[in-house]
Amino acid sequence: MSNHSEMKSRLARVRGLGSAKEGVAHWWAQRLSAVALLPLIIWFSASLVYLSGANHATVLAWLKTPLAPILMVALVSAGFYHLQLGLQVVIEDYVHNGAIKLSLVIITRLGCALAALIGVFSVLRIAFGG
Amino acid sequence: MAQDNRPLSPHLQVYRPQITSVLSIVHRLTGIGLGAGAVALVVWLAAAAAGPRWFELASNMAASWPGQALLLGFTWALFYHLCNGIRHLFWDVGLGFELTTARLSGWAVIITSMLLTGISWAIGLSKVAGA
Repeated sequence: MSNHSEMKSRLARVRGLGSAKEGVAHWWAQRLSAVALLPLIIWFSASLVYLSGANHATVLAWLKTPLAPILMVALVSAGFYHLQLGLQVVIEDYVHNGAIKLSLVIITRLGCALAALIGVFSVLRIAFGG
Repeated sequence: MAQDNRPLSPHLQVYRPQITSVLSIVHRLTGIGLGAGAVALVVWLAAAAAGPRWFELASNMAASWPGQALLLGFTWALFYHLCNGIRHLFWDVGLGFELTTARLSGWAVIITSMLLTGISWAIGLSKVAGA
């Protein structure tokens, strides 16, 4: 063992190792986004019930209120982040071919990012539109 | 590869289904289904931003019977994933692991998710009828 690695603490030597190479980061991110989504989903489902059968003008007016666009952007962002983390675990659990697994994870992550971007942009376009 | 010859743990189908395992699988399935629901939400938002004609097209699709069936499925999946997600968060902090508690909370998730689905559709449909 070199002098350099002896200078490191035990924790520093093991950090980043292990089969996942990332510790609990993924697990923690999944839980954090879940906690963020709890109130957002309750607000969202109540809003959709309230908007049942609403016409275009009513939906636009709703997305121009001060609170709705902020919460909708938060919901879309946290939702697709949570989805991407969850789908990645499902892919890693059931797809055993390395190349297919990597391709699916890349498609999932980029697809979720793109969908979230379209959702957020649409909300902002309505909120700031004339 | 040498790794391919390693012994595997028993596969899922050798175990008798129990409420804990079935709900765990349903949590994953509803999560995947809600991915489609999230895409539907983005389509709805994009249609609303694109203008009244696009919004009308999206509304008509949602009002058709396959659209309504899908929305009903998304509603239940959302409430199930929400309720069972709360159950998982309690487990994450070490609470509710006793077998009787885990079974009881499982049944609570099933009943609550169905109740919430029924209540929201009852209110929603009465609003549509009154509009």
